[in-house]
Amino acid sequence: MIEALFFYMFSAVMLGAGLMVVVSRNPVFSVLFLILAFFNAAGLFVLIGAEFIAMLLVVVYVGAVAVLFLFVVMMLDINFAEMRAGFQKYLPLGLVVGGILVFELVAAIYGDAFKGASLPAMPEISNTRALGNVLYTKYMYLFQVAGLILLVAMIGAISLTMRKRPGVRRQVIAEQNARSRAESVEVVEVPVGAAARTVHTVQPSKREG
Amino acid sequence: MFVFQMADIMPALPEIFLAAVALVLVLVAAYGGETAANARRVTQLAMAGIVIALLLVINSDQVITSAFGGMFSADSFAGFMKALVLLGTFAALAMSIRTSGDDDINKPEYSLLILLALVGMMLMISADNLMALYMGVELQSLPLYVVAAMRTSSLRSSEAGLKYFLLGALSSGLLLYGASLVYGIAGTTDFDGIALALAGQDLPPVFIIGMVFMICGLAFKISAAPFHMWTPDVYEGSPTLVTALFAIAPKVAAISLLMRLTYGAFGGIADQWQQVLVALSVASMVIGALGAIMQTDIKRMMAYSSIAHMGYATAGLAAGSVAGATGVMIYMTGYVFMGAGTFAIILLMRRDGAEATKIVDLKGLSRTHPSLAVGLLIMMFSMAGIPPLAGFFGKWYVFLAAVEAGLVPLAVIGVVTSVVGAFYYLRIIRLMYFDDTDTPLDAGIPVANRMVLGASLAVVLLFFAGLGSLLGAADTAAVALIMAR
Repeated sequence: MIEALFFYMFSAVMLGAGLMVVVSRNPVFSVLFLILAFFNAAGLFVLIGAEFIAMLLVVVYVGAVAVLFLFVVMMLDINFAEMRAGFQKYLPLGLVVGGILVFELVAAIYGDAFKGASLPAMPEISNTRALGNVLYTKYMYLFQVAGLILLVAMIGAISLTMRKRPGVRRQVIAEQNARSRAESVEVVEVPVGAAARTVHTVQPSKREG
Repeated sequence: MFVFQMADIMPALPEIFLAAVALVLVLVAAYGGETAANARRVTQLAMAGIVIALLLVINSDQVITSAFGGMFSADSFAGFMKALVLLGTFAALAMSIRTSGDDDINKPEYSLLILLALVGMMLMISADNLMALYMGVELQSLPLYVVAAMRTSSLRSSEAGLKYFLLGALSSGLLLYGASLVYGIAGTTDFDGIALALAGQDLPPVFIIGMVFMICGLAFKISAAPFHMWTPDVYEGSPTLVTALFAIAPKVAAISLLMRLTYGAFGGIADQWQQVLVALSVASMVIGALGAIMQTDIKRMMAYSSIAHMGYATAGLAAGSVAGATGVMIYMTGYVFMGAGTFAIILLMRRDGAEATKIVDLKGLSRTHPSLAVGLLIMMFSMAGIPPLAGFFGKWYVFLAAVEAGLVPLAVIGVVTSVVGAFYYLRIIRLMYFDDTDTPLDAGIPVANRMVLGASLAVVLLFFAGLGSLLGAADTAAVALIMAR
């Protein structure tokens, strides 16, 4: 009973959030709704006992992918109004594709594919543990090579994008802290009425550059 | 439950050692700074690691060859091909020390990425499982995409890297799709298991589709026509040092993987893949020979030349016999040394410090650089297949195997395209010896290039002397590859 309640809650929020991803005007809101949808999907996975996928969904999709989306949305200068312009035009096509998907889903659920196929018996140990048991023993070779590939991706991305540009000013905290009052502040006697005309500015110290 | 034992990782010792060296070099590269001195230090350490790995490969235990629950196979075939790949990469790294001095790819990451690609190539050669195959392919390809684009100041280099990356991703997709279909029918990812599952069974068409997709994906990697489109652009756009590596090592790994797949997993159904390989071979030989004629840039010409070479090697593969596998191994041995020697000279094609890689830049080389001209002459004769040089024996054994397997038309096409191909190799010799120039190339030959050229020349010239023992080793390796099932 309580499970069904949670199922409908997660499903309803997820569907609502999914709809908002598409229709909301502000792309940042779209991404935030996407994150909400991910969280609810994770909740659904927990309900059917797939806690590992739920964890992955939160860690990978919310933690990495959605944040990357946020970066793209906020940092790149994309004209979303322009991208949205074709919405009306492509709506019929989108509806047709969506309709086909719904039809296929219904056909699959009410068809023969799922008849008589029950969930496999739950083993005693949890999913995470079962995966860990094979991942670090039987598939250790593949796991390690996957690690190497990720290392290559990291080294490659850094070495391709990091460039030495001349004239970049870097912050050196030690030097900032080492500045003394004597070399940073100058007390200037300003005669009354002379105003700012004769006041000379403090030159930044040479070390900063 | 799977119990892990030391014996399970011993066959992979060379790979584990090289990966560990690479991890240490990450730290050396990161903390040593972006200086030329540090780049040189990383390169030298990587070369030392390769030498030790080569010793480990040569002295590897031939009793227990399977590791990681059958995913990794270090049989004598793997040993033979790994030795070639290690030697080729060593030569490419050695030549980078001096030549990269005035180049903006002179970064510590360069050697590091190549070392990681080398680990990937060795994993490809040893792959005995569909998943291990894909992991090896990706570990080999990713660093190579990066080094192709490494000269960030050059638009062509970025273009080459991007092109290579996109087409490489496409080929990975083909490979994966094919692998999923094969797995779906065979029910296992093990090569042995696939061979076993297929024995005495009617093959569903889906399986054939999967197999063809996998072969096509690997054909991208060896740049066999009609999957060769990326090769000329990538060869031309990449920094010449990287082109040299591309021309020497990765194709050996890719063709080893193709051999392991066809002779191993699909060993029992040779009649199914033979026609695919014959088609690839004919297309590569013809396109390689005809395409090279029109080229004006020597790097592009070498790209077409390598397409043609892959066509000849595939002809041996298509024979589907022990003799065919032996032929391919002899061919690839010659190919590695011819590539290393030729690129040792192409890397020196500079005028006033800038790269001058047009074919006409070789004009009058016999007068300005007589020793280089003789070296290039011998390399070109060998590539054209003139006896008694290495290239001739490679072609001889490959075509012999094809004829024995009843593929006479294939061998005839191969001989005809060799004659066509001889035209552009001989054109270079004509330019060097019969034309004159008033703008000579820069003088001075770095020690590394001299050593690589000398060693390659020695191998190419004395190929016939060592042929007996080489044939013996290749034959043992081929038997290990085919009879293991």
